[in-house]
Amino acid sequence: MTAEILLQTLASGVLIGLIYALVAIGLTMIFGVMDIVNFAHGEFLMLGMYASFWLFALFALDPMLTLPLTVLMLFAFGVLLYKFVIRRIIDAPMLSQIFTTFGLMILLRGAAQFFWKPDFRSIENSWVSGSVKLAGIQLGKPQLVAGLGAIAVTWLVHAFLTRTKLGAALEATAADKEAAQLMGIDSNRMFSLAWGIGAACAGAAGVLLATFFPIFPEVGANFILLAFVVVNLGGFGSVTGAFWAGILVGVIEVMGGLLLGPQFKLAVVLVLFLAVLMFRPQGLMGKS
Amino acid sequence: MRRTVIRALAAAFVGATVSASAQAQQEIKIGVIYPLTGPAASTGAELKSALELAADIVNNGAKGVAGLPFAGGGGLPNLKGAKIKLVFADHQGNPQTGASEAERLISQEKVVALVGSYFSNVTATASQVAERYGVPFLNPESSSATLTQRGFKWFFRTTPHDDLFVHNFFDFLKELEAKKKMKIGTIATFNENTLWGNETTKLEAKLAPDNGYNIVKQVTYPAKSTQLTSEVQTLKAAAPSLVMQSSYLGDALLSMKTYKELGFSPDMILANNAGFTDTEFIRTLGKDAEYVITREVWALDLATKNPLIREVNALFNARTKSNFTGNSSRTFTGLMVIADAINRAGSTEPEAIRKALVATDIPASALIMPWGGVKFDQSGQNTLGRGILVQIVGGTYHTVYPFNLATQDVIWPMPKWDQRK
Repeated sequence: MTAEILLQTLASGVLIGLIYALVAIGLTMIFGVMDIVNFAHGEFLMLGMYASFWLFALFALDPMLTLPLTVLMLFAFGVLLYKFVIRRIIDAPMLSQIFTTFGLMILLRGAAQFFWKPDFRSIENSWVSGSVKLAGIQLGKPQLVAGLGAIAVTWLVHAFLTRTKLGAALEATAADKEAAQLMGIDSNRMFSLAWGIGAACAGAAGVLLATFFPIFPEVGANFILLAFVVVNLGGFGSVTGAFWAGILVGVIEVMGGLLLGPQFKLAVVLVLFLAVLMFRPQGLMGKS
Repeated sequence: MRRTVIRALAAAFVGATVSASAQAQQEIKIGVIYPLTGPAASTGAELKSALELAADIVNNGAKGVAGLPFAGGGGLPNLKGAKIKLVFADHQGNPQTGASEAERLISQEKVVALVGSYFSNVTATASQVAERYGVPFLNPESSSATLTQRGFKWFFRTTPHDDLFVHNFFDFLKELEAKKKMKIGTIATFNENTLWGNETTKLEAKLAPDNGYNIVKQVTYPAKSTQLTSEVQTLKAAAPSLVMQSSYLGDALLSMKTYKELGFSPDMILANNAGFTDTEFIRTLGKDAEYVITREVWALDLATKNPLIREVNALFNARTKSNFTGNSSRTFTGLMVIADAINRAGSTEPEAIRKALVATDIPASALIMPWGGVKFDQSGQNTLGRGILVQIVGGTYHTVYPFNLATQDVIWPMPKWDQRK
């Protein structure tokens, strides 16, 4: 095993980990603000992929160009979903909430299969294709751009939460809904904002993935399990936690696979996950 | 208003039944069970067209296919020109539905034989019912090897099964070595971890040493992977000359992209159908799909060696505006085989048809398949079936094996990624 292979694998792990992080940030945000686990989160990613696919296939617009538009579309979708569906179950028992988002997952998957067929699609010859050699390691340009994009979006979300008034209001609602309401913060508005941002993050991840990952109705399932692990690992509700945990999971997955054999790659990730649950249940960066 | 509609429907129904029974003497009912709705509905529709074409040729004849049995039309000669009537049933991809439909076709529709059912698991349950009732069941296209290992008396399969396809791989390697006076070198296996991938790979691992090949690495990956980096790095570290791969479409695409990204260039990738023969494979990968060799059951370019393929395909194309595929060509052949058996039996008695099936001996020249013919062994398996290997060159699949059917010479090794234009 040469240093080159290790370095190459490490780089691939970091890049895919950044995508996991972006998916997980949306998930952790929704959970952090309103304590609802969104099982349909992988489907937001799928919708983001299809949105950029159709914009590319019908109007020849590159995914990188349409990224802001797709993110806005997903934001609107998240807000509408909140207004028409989620708002009705805020105070419902947890089981109803689980069934609602689980049902949404099946509905969105089924709708995608019905309208866009179960075929595998892909975006060919996007602006970002091919690969570059950096310090002796080969990096795919789409993966590189996706990784950088994921960092940019994460930074934006983080800046929004820490530096704007609206972000502070969102954090306040997450910390204590009643107290925030007494301070004059409209919690309903905050909840819809959380859904909007959550969906937009998953959508952005979808767009970034679309240049190198096949697009099909079930694609969300490939990512959602890992996103849940990342959210737990980073600490429920913690955006920075999800970011670092995403990278960690990506790296552990590929390195574990390389060193112990590919059949164990998910096992290594899940063992780490169990260990964190047992010894630090609030997650690596979560507050207990 | 509603009453009128119901009356009209009832009248139509009675009319249909009466006219059907009036013709009953000259009609042979064959039950066909396929996925006409559900996730595989599009394949089901394609297979239905193939069956209808076969029945139409037997009943009404067809021009320009002189080499095909029954091409003169006029029904089955040994049964005074009796016509074939297909009774369709829909199993929706569900083994239970397949079994209950088989039961209905046998007990209510009184079919003389059953043909079906595409999915191996549905074929398994539907043929169990046929076995219980003592009615012949002909399976044209399910490839699970276990189907003919059940010791059934009434089950016959025309297509080669998964095990035979893997044997084909090694026959190909041996013949290639002899032909090109070369050595293949070491082998690595690479497969997804569900039943199909594991079973075919297990057989590859067993047959390789028997044939004098050395397997240096076996890599298995989860079917729903987000990345295959560590898998490909592991393969790359083992540096095999040949990769034998069993993947579905999503992972086949992902693996090819990862090979390129990480610069993994074995001499050849020998793929086990599935993802590698999906229409999306070449369309998505474009030039990066080139040189891969995959097994297939049928290819249109076989027509250059067997004109019958071109002629029958033209008839199919005139009906459906699309060409035969590995599935529809096998289903078509299945119905022709059962028609041949019923004709030779000269009777609609199940036992007579079964005996005729056992005695089946159709030469290669009467088939649109790249097989040596049709002849069943004790277990009901056609022993003369075989697969072909196709190589992707210039964006299409070309038959490269068996060598006597090849339309193009094998390109081996495939060029390294950085040496491709």
